[in-house]
Amino acid sequence: MQLDILMIEDEVNIAEAVRFILTRAGWRVDLHGDGDGAIQIIRTQRPRLLILDLMLPNRSGAEILAELRQDADPELAAMPVLMLTARGQVGDAGGQADAVLSKPFDNDDLRAMVRKMLS
Amino acid sequence: MVRPDTGMNDRHSPNVLTGTRIRERRMAMSRRQADIARAVGISPAYLNLIEHNRRPVSPELIARLASELEVPADELAEGREEVRIAALREAAAHPVAATLSPELEQVAEFLARFPGWGQLLIAHARRAGGLEKQLVDLSDRMTQDPYLLTTLHEVLSAVTAVRSTAAILVEEGEISDEWRRRFHTNLHEDSQRLSLTAQALVAYLDSFEAEGSAATPQEEVEAWLAAGAPAAVDTPQLASDAARSMATQLEVGLHQDQIALPDQTLIDALVHNDAKTDPLRLAARLGAPLDLVMRRLADLRPAGYEGAGLLVCDGSGALTLRRAAPGFPLPRPGDSCALLPLYQSLATPQVATSQVVATPDGRGFRTFSYATRSQPLGLSGPLLTTAQMLFMPLEGPAPDDALPIGPACRICPRGACPARREPSILVPQTGPSGATDRSL
Repeated sequence: MQLDILMIEDEVNIAEAVRFILTRAGWRVDLHGDGDGAIQIIRTQRPRLLILDLMLPNRSGAEILAELRQDADPELAAMPVLMLTARGQVGDAGGQADAVLSKPFDNDDLRAMVRKMLS
Repeated sequence: MVRPDTGMNDRHSPNVLTGTRIRERRMAMSRRQADIARAVGISPAYLNLIEHNRRPVSPELIARLASELEVPADELAEGREEVRIAALREAAAHPVAATLSPELEQVAEFLARFPGWGQLLIAHARRAGGLEKQLVDLSDRMTQDPYLLTTLHEVLSAVTAVRSTAAILVEEGEISDEWRRRFHTNLHEDSQRLSLTAQALVAYLDSFEAEGSAATPQEEVEAWLAAGAPAAVDTPQLASDAARSMATQLEVGLHQDQIALPDQTLIDALVHNDAKTDPLRLAARLGAPLDLVMRRLADLRPAGYEGAGLLVCDGSGALTLRRAAPGFPLPRPGDSCALLPLYQSLATPQVATSQVVATPDGRGFRTFSYATRSQPLGLSGPLLTTAQMLFMPLEGPAPDDALPIGPACRICPRGACPARREPSILVPQTGPSGATDRSL
C-alpha cells in the first residue's frame, strides 16, 4: 500500500506530534530525521505527500526540494510538497513548494492543509 | 546597560576630556590598551570605557595612568577647549551635516560665547554616535549572526513542539496512556529546552548592550589576541568552549610560526633598510615563506611594523582571523568591504601586492596582501586558497590617491562606491526625486 505522507523533520518531538495528528486523521505516515539520505527514502517510499522541514542537519530542505524537482522521474518531480519553516526563512524554496506552513502552527490548520493536498 | 554619555556638567558623568586624552596619549606611544590596563590595575574593558568617555576617572586612577603614560597628571585633564572644538568639528563632519554648511571657522568663537549650547551640541552628537553604533551592532547581529539565528531557530522549534503537543492533549479526545505519558515527557523536555534557550538568548542580547563586550567565539578570540594572547586556559576573554578551542588552535599555530621564524631572527633581518618596509624583500633575506613572515610581523610588531594588523580569509572570502590595528575599520564576518586588497589578492595567488588605503575618517594604511594555494589532500583533493593582508597605520592623513575602503556597505558612509551592495543606514537615502527616504 502506498505511503500517504513522508515527513522529513529533525525535531523528534515535532515529528512525533505531527505523526500522531495525521495518523489519527487516517493517513499512513512515516518519518525521517536527516537531510542526508532523504532523496533516496523519497524515491523508495514514493509518498503521496512530502512534508519537508527547511532547516535540516547535513542537507537543507531547500536543497532536497531543488533536487526532487529536477528528478528524471516526472511523477517524483511533481510530488506535492508541504514546506515547514520559520516565517521569513523560506526564500526561493517557497516557490518550489506546493504549500508553506509557518512554525509554530495550529494542528487544525495542518490537518486542513494536508487534506486539501491529498484530495 | 551602558548609558550614553550626556557630557553635561554632572559630577558623576565621565570627563569628556580625560578619556580622549588618555586614548590619544596611549596611541601616540603605540601602547596596547591591555598593557596599560594591566599596569594600572584595571581591566582592559574598563579602560576602553574610560577612553570612550563612558566612565568617570578618579584622581588616583588619573595619577596612575599619567605615570604609566609618562605625562604629568595635569596634562590628561587639560586642553578642554581643544577637545570641545575637535568634538564640534567631528559633529560637523558627519554625513547628516553635509548640506547644512556649519560655520567651521567660527567654532572657537561659538564655544566662547555660548559654552552651554556648545556642550549641549557635543552631548547630542556623542549620544547620536553611540546610538548609531548600537544600531549598527544590533542590525549586524540580527541579520548576520549565526549564533543568534541558531538560537532563535531552537526557540521556535521548542515552541512549535509545545504548541502541537499541548493541543493534542487538550483537543484530541481519548488518548492511550502510553501516548499521554510520551507527550507529557515531550512537553517537559521542550519546556526545559525553551527556558534554557530563552535564558541564553537574553544573556546574549544583554552582552552586546555593553560596548566592546565580546559576543561570538570569534570576537572572544580577537579580544584574547588583543590582550596579548595569554595562555588560552582560564583567561577571562575566552568564555565559551568554542572560543577556547579556536584560541588553543591559534596558539599552536602562533607557536609553530615562532619556532619556524624566531623573534630575534626576524628582528636581526630588519636592520636592512630594504626589509623595513618591504615584507617580500624581508622574506627573501630570511629565506622564509612570505605568508609566515607576514604572520610573524603582525604578531611581533617590530620596528617599521608598529601597530600592524592582519586579516586572513579563505577562498570563499570568509574571514578566519582579524587582528586589529588602531583606527582600521575591521570588516565584519560575512559582510566585508569588497574593495579590500585582501580580496583582490584571491584573484592573483602567489603574487604579493602593496596598496595604500584610506578609511572613511581619513586615516591612511599601507597594506600588503598575498594569497597562497594548497592541495592538502594531494592531486585528487580540492585546491584551497588562503589570503592574508598585513596593514600598518601611516603617519598623518591618507594621501589623495589612496584606495577608499570602508566597513560593511550597510554601515559605510561612502555614498558613491562602485562596489556598494546595499544602501547605508548611516547616510540619508535619496530617491529619484531627491527626496529623503525616511523608511530606513
